[in-house]
Amino acid sequence: MKDQLAKIRAEALAAIGATDAAAALDAVRVKYLGKKGELTALLKQTGKLPPEERPAVGQLANEVRAALSDAIAAQSKLLAEAALDLKLAAETVDVTIPGNKESLGHKHPITKVIDEITDIFVGMGFNVAEGPEVELAAYNFTKLNTEEGHPGREWTDTFYITPGKDDPKNDAVLLRSQTSPMQIRTMESRKPPIRIVAPGRVYRKDEADATHSPMFHQIEGMVVDKGITMADLKGTLNEVVKSLYGEDAQTRFRPHHFPFTEPSCEVDVQCFACHGKGCSVCKGEGWIEVLGAGMIHPKVLMCTPVGPSAWAWSGLP
Amino acid sequence: MILSRKWLNEFVPGVSVADVTDKEFAEALTLSGSKVETVEDQSAQFKNVVVGKVLSMERHPNSDHMWVVQIDIGEAEPVQICTGAWNVHAGDLVPVAKHNSLLPGGVKITKGKLRGVLSNGMLCGLSELGLDARDFPYGVIKAAALLNDYHPLPGEKPSIPEDVQPGFKIYGKVVAAKVLDCRTVGYALFSLKLDAGNGEVETSTDCQNIHEGDLICYNTATGAVLTLSDIHAQQKEFPNCIEDGIFILNEEGAKPGDDIPPVLGLDDHVVEFEITPNRPDCLGVIGLAREAAVTFGKELNVPTPEVKGCGDSILNYADVDILDGDLCPRYCGRLVRNVKIGPSPKWMRERLRASGVRPINNIVDITNYVMLEYGQPMHSFDFACVEGQHINVRRAYPGEQMTTLDGKPHELNESMLVIADEVKPVCIAGVMGGENSEITDGTTTVFFESANFNGVSVRKTAMALGMRTEASARYEKGLDPMNTLPAVQRACQLVELLGCGDVVDGVIDVVAQDFVPTQVRLEPKKINGLLGTDFNREQMLDILLRLGFIALEDDVLVVPSWRSDVEHYSDLAEEVARFTGYDNLPTTLMKGETTRGGLTAKQAAEKLIGVTCRGLGFNEIMTYSFISPSFYNKIRLPEDSPLRNSIRILNPLGEDTSIMRTTALPSMLETLARNNRNHNAAAKLYELARVYAPTDREDGLAEERQVLSIGCYGDGVDFFRFKGYVETVFDAFGIRGVKYTAERSNPTWHPGRCAVLSLNDVEIGIFGQLHPLTAKNYDMADTAVYAAQIDFAAILAAKPGTIVYQPLPKFPAVERDIAVVCDAALPVAELEDTIRRGGKGLVKEVKLFDIYTGKPIPEGKKSVAFALKLRVEDHTLTDAEADGDIQSILALLEREHQAILR
Repeated sequence: MKDQLAKIRAEALAAIGATDAAAALDAVRVKYLGKKGELTALLKQTGKLPPEERPAVGQLANEVRAALSDAIAAQSKLLAEAALDLKLAAETVDVTIPGNKESLGHKHPITKVIDEITDIFVGMGFNVAEGPEVELAAYNFTKLNTEEGHPGREWTDTFYITPGKDDPKNDAVLLRSQTSPMQIRTMESRKPPIRIVAPGRVYRKDEADATHSPMFHQIEGMVVDKGITMADLKGTLNEVVKSLYGEDAQTRFRPHHFPFTEPSCEVDVQCFACHGKGCSVCKGEGWIEVLGAGMIHPKVLMCTPVGPSAWAWSGLP
Repeated sequence: MILSRKWLNEFVPGVSVADVTDKEFAEALTLSGSKVETVEDQSAQFKNVVVGKVLSMERHPNSDHMWVVQIDIGEAEPVQICTGAWNVHAGDLVPVAKHNSLLPGGVKITKGKLRGVLSNGMLCGLSELGLDARDFPYGVIKAAALLNDYHPLPGEKPSIPEDVQPGFKIYGKVVAAKVLDCRTVGYALFSLKLDAGNGEVETSTDCQNIHEGDLICYNTATGAVLTLSDIHAQQKEFPNCIEDGIFILNEEGAKPGDDIPPVLGLDDHVVEFEITPNRPDCLGVIGLAREAAVTFGKELNVPTPEVKGCGDSILNYADVDILDGDLCPRYCGRLVRNVKIGPSPKWMRERLRASGVRPINNIVDITNYVMLEYGQPMHSFDFACVEGQHINVRRAYPGEQMTTLDGKPHELNESMLVIADEVKPVCIAGVMGGENSEITDGTTTVFFESANFNGVSVRKTAMALGMRTEASARYEKGLDPMNTLPAVQRACQLVELLGCGDVVDGVIDVVAQDFVPTQVRLEPKKINGLLGTDFNREQMLDILLRLGFIALEDDVLVVPSWRSDVEHYSDLAEEVARFTGYDNLPTTLMKGETTRGGLTAKQAAEKLIGVTCRGLGFNEIMTYSFISPSFYNKIRLPEDSPLRNSIRILNPLGEDTSIMRTTALPSMLETLARNNRNHNAAAKLYELARVYAPTDREDGLAEERQVLSIGCYGDGVDFFRFKGYVETVFDAFGIRGVKYTAERSNPTWHPGRCAVLSLNDVEIGIFGQLHPLTAKNYDMADTAVYAAQIDFAAILAAKPGTIVYQPLPKFPAVERDIAVVCDAALPVAELEDTIRRGGKGLVKEVKLFDIYTGKPIPEGKKSVAFALKLRVEDHTLTDAEADGDIQSILALLEREHQAILR
């Protein structure tokens, strides 16, 4: 019987090793270990052995069964792995074929610039103020120390909706020609300290060409607080320019004139193309004008409920 | 303002080109507030252009009109140059563009062969030097009619025989004469020896195109050499006898080899400034000299003009009355007798030319010179044309007519100020003089006007007449009333200097408005507070005094009359900052109370709209807020639509941009159409657009709302894909319960593919496919175009304030599919609504998954299938529980819609 067990063991292990599919392996398992399998059949005969031989044979039989079970499990794993490899090989794709993209939309470049600039200011404690584009002459001009007779008020320069009735210099309705009315509107509605930026559409009577448009965008900025100085204005704008154009960006503050600031300045940034040498981008100047600024004019402050000093700037995005 | 640096140097020694380079000069003045636009070294437009002396000349062997000239250009050997000009003679000094030379306009000259003869450059005429006869009146050329240049007009019988011989009688005493010898005896003056057919005669001429061998027309009676106009010939008959040619130099000291720019006074350095409107004083050389003096720390030296006078008294000739003093605060005038009109001297012409002004004649040049120097516009008129010897400064009469110097007639009105005699206007004040009193060659008595006019009035008059002049551009900014007298004095000083007339004693000076100087106190603490600096009083005072401020007691400063822009300590702060340098101001960060920056809910929502739309593949557009009224027709907006009530611009650029849009749809469609026209196969666009509605507000302002406008075509987008985009926008804001109601009668939209959006029974937008007739208006009739217009405020209002998160369900859901048969026209949304209401609270999700028509479903019916999920929170649902809800739902479906389970 021991010999028979050894034979079964040898035959079965060979059969297991020779299987190449799960079904064949299962057939081998049934053949030897199944209810009617050869090993099972042999074990049924152990009762016929003399009692003294039974333990040894029983132990051997169990060893054979365990060996076969282990071999089947190992072969099963091998077969499963091989099958998976085969399946995966069949599923191989050309990874260099382009994917099926979802196309992302894009911001309009103007929105991109406005977002970039407002984000910088919001980070410095500013709020974003908004106001009407159909505006009163009082806010667009008069309260900004832009008296009657100023060329900007002319019908050749500004779009008018109504010529005004009782007091045309104030009650005429127009399309705002600048974002600066937001200075007045903000000072009238809020108490200092005020730190705002006000981006928006403005309108001027220019035929559209490479550098003009009857509608364009400005970003206004204003700080109203006790003890605010022109040096603060310079410091803040320098920070913003560095945030926008990089740490190396150089600025130049030049005296200029605006009716609603005094002192006034224009701010140039060193030409990004030639770094100040002078080129066609900066028309040989080495600098590109980016914004106008200044300390808010005393006459403008007088038009509003705020008393302390303040500065403002606005520029083309 | 264009500034000659030579001129500036007269008033501020020490800032000449030798002292300060153009670049340094431009930078320093820009940083002190006078923005330099361009700097030009006039001589830089010339290279290798020199004075040459003509040694000899021969006729070109291969040409009937060219000359070969040997010329001394100051080099070891003379050079040979071919020229087609006939006015050159041996001994002449001429401008020579050598081999590899540069002329104005970037013209390059190199050597070459002209009809086989080497030419080592070019002789230049005035035009090649960028000049004309007004710059060098002596350069005008007079040409004789040369019979050897006679070309009979085609088809006409020659009036002179081809083999004409000396002595041939042309007409009367005029005969053909051969030039035996031609000698230069003075500038443009020649002595000729002639064979007039009757022995040798001698004569002289100022015609410059005559050489030995030429045949001329000679008047035997007068000895004159005749020109084309003398013999009534046409230019075509004598193509080379032209009043043009080489510029024969008559400049003292010029010698061969000298560089041309200094010889002709074209060696100035010219600076163009952008002067801000608050500084009209800088529209004059003296004003800029003051700025330059303070900028560079040099002395300003402006002499007071002195006039000798010739005796007599202006009161014997002229009288001035200001009738409308509100528009003319001050009027000064002087009279010049025995005027001799002629060209002004070279130095004056050079200055004018460098400043961008063309020389005309001595009197006109003087007025322009003074305007450029003092910034004070001047006018001169022929006093013989002033009737009644009386000048009235008055408003024009309604309908009064006057023709200005440029020959244009104008009808004036009573808002315009004129300078008039007793009968007629002779000048539109501050704008332009009248043709009726223009300075002509025959003028003998000149009246110089130097007046101060109201700036706004001058500007409005100039605008109304469509003629902004050098004078009006200065007046409109408001000029210094104290500048009128020095200016007229300077003009008369120049008259005496030029010797072009006798200045009558006495100045008329009528003052209608007294000038009161402004006073401002110097308060260093306030100035430092504004600037963030710590300048001391002395530093500030030093700058201000040099700018012409006068210090009184207690640091009260008198503002100079030319600085009407200064009236407050902040203005003084700017002066101090300008000359200490804005770049030298400290750079600090704001101190004080910190503020909490950030975006409002609305601003954050705007960003979320953008993020969502871009995530769905839509590109942002930005369109004009103004549109054409015809755009409403293009979108087939009904005639009675309230959206047609738009805010209208009174002075639009054109019809296309004349009203403020009440809907953003046309702008979207225009953009889609433009993409389609440009062969973009697909476009998906969005705009968060403002629209503008008229209101009955007291102040007349608009209601400005924001609309989310989205639109697309192509890329396989169909109605439901597009609806999905719209739904996703609401999802992004967590907005539920948006209702979609079919809209069948809006002519803009496809009647079967349009829905009105509403939220809690309030309409918040519309979307769908465009009506093909609308699409046709955008040349997209065969394209399915989808668009949506959604009110942004409604989105913002509906956005839930807080988001509540729910735990994952603990117990599984029961899933049931039901398919019911109902009327084909029944909207699915109504079935869904019924299903949601029909259960007993177990239905958590309802999802449409199939709609079927066709056999075996009866005609006019459809089968609609939903997948339902039922769930409770506290236990696993039994089939019986689920069945209860399903049965109840089916019952309600049948009751409300006669929808039967399939």
